[in-house]
Amino acid sequence: MGKLLMLMLEGTFTSLRIFFLTLLFALPLGLLVAKGRMSRHRIISSLVNGYIMIMRGTPLILQLIFVYFAPYYIFGSSADRFTAVIIAYVINYAAYFAEIYRGGIQSIPQGQLEASSVLGFSKVHTFSHIVMPQVVKRIMPAMGNEVITLVKDTALAQTIGVAELFRVAQNAAAREFSTMPIFIAGVFYFVMNAIVSKSFDRIERKLDYYR
Amino acid sequence: MAVITVEQVKKSFSTLEVLKDISFSLEKGEVLSIIGPSGSGKSTLLRCITNLETVDSGTITIGGDTLVTTTDQGNAVYADKHTISRIRLRVGLVFQNFNLFPHFSVIRNLTEAQIHVLKTPKDEARQVANELLVKMGLADKATAYPYQLSGGQQQRVSIARALALKPQVLCFDEPTSALDPELTGEILAVIKELASEHMTMMVVTHEMAFARDISNRVIFMDDGLIVEQGSPEDVFAKTQNERTKRFLNRFGS
Repeated sequence: MGKLLMLMLEGTFTSLRIFFLTLLFALPLGLLVAKGRMSRHRIISSLVNGYIMIMRGTPLILQLIFVYFAPYYIFGSSADRFTAVIIAYVINYAAYFAEIYRGGIQSIPQGQLEASSVLGFSKVHTFSHIVMPQVVKRIMPAMGNEVITLVKDTALAQTIGVAELFRVAQNAAAREFSTMPIFIAGVFYFVMNAIVSKSFDRIERKLDYYR
Repeated sequence: MAVITVEQVKKSFSTLEVLKDISFSLEKGEVLSIIGPSGSGKSTLLRCITNLETVDSGTITIGGDTLVTTTDQGNAVYADKHTISRIRLRVGLVFQNFNLFPHFSVIRNLTEAQIHVLKTPKDEARQVANELLVKMGLADKATAYPYQLSGGQQQRVSIARALALKPQVLCFDEPTSALDPELTGEILAVIKELASEHMTMMVVTHEMAFARDISNRVIFMDDGLIVEQGSPEDVFAKTQNERTKRFLNRFGS
């Protein structure tokens, strides 16, 4: 039992690495994608829109397989499994984050931009100090949803053979002819998401100082 | 000396001609009211002067520098970015809906542009802000957030925010239209006080009595044109213009 828990903690560590690395890259990339989607240049906005449609319109598991195997057929070699997982997750989640950002940015009243312009703020200052702080507050609930989904999506990494928490649990279940490890994994996921959801609650409360 | 001159300004939104041929000037220390029915182009005119909208043709100069001029071919040519950002700060704008920054405290609403645009040192910016808040009767609200204030208080903050940049001209775009009559009085009193200090102002308003009482000059606009301009007495009491009469009759003034 102790050994099983050790293995599962190791798997959890891998899951968490996927989780944090995905957030680290997908959160900023999503902002860039949102900017592209809202671009006034038709070519840029439709290209980015096409990318978002593919990312949201096909299963993540398929994208994962594509990212891992496509380079093999084209270049004769693949990235290592873990890198492929991170790339696939980042480009998938950036698309979802982008749409959340876009909704938030477009919900900021035009008057905020006009006031910024009359006061002489640069575009960069307006975006970083006037628009984004208000966007962050508005998108927190939607972001919470997405991040919770990401915790559970890390389980898909096993498709290309990365030994994250769920794969470890399944292996143990097969070895011991028991479903118990799977249920324990369930508890692990639940605890991780409880932490995520508490953290979001806390951030939302912190941002509650204004309306 | 004219602080703002506007010559033959035209502006259309696709096929709708909003400003047909507007010329006027605003002298230093003058209070100019612009009245007229909704859709007559008053607000658009103000937005062209504050560079929130671009004109199709015509000339606008602010404090002696050209914001936009027109070539012989009739194309509007704007000054370069650097010049625009320099001269646009000479004109402050107070909005109908205040447009305060909700995530900033009152004091930060007043200091942000001083610090980041004028590069005023923080202490000095805070001092300017506090003096303005005292003047607006809001000394105790420095650390409050906009949502905690009444509409009238919010509008006073937004006037202070505009004044903090020490503009040569302060423009008001229907500053009381979002307020109830009691709060309206509050704002009009502030504008009156500024007028007594010889602040140069341009006020787009539906408050006829107010326009009559505080303005040095009144412009009546209709359908994208200046129908009539003159002293408040000329426009309100002695007008011979049928269109002006019809408009004023509806206000019973």
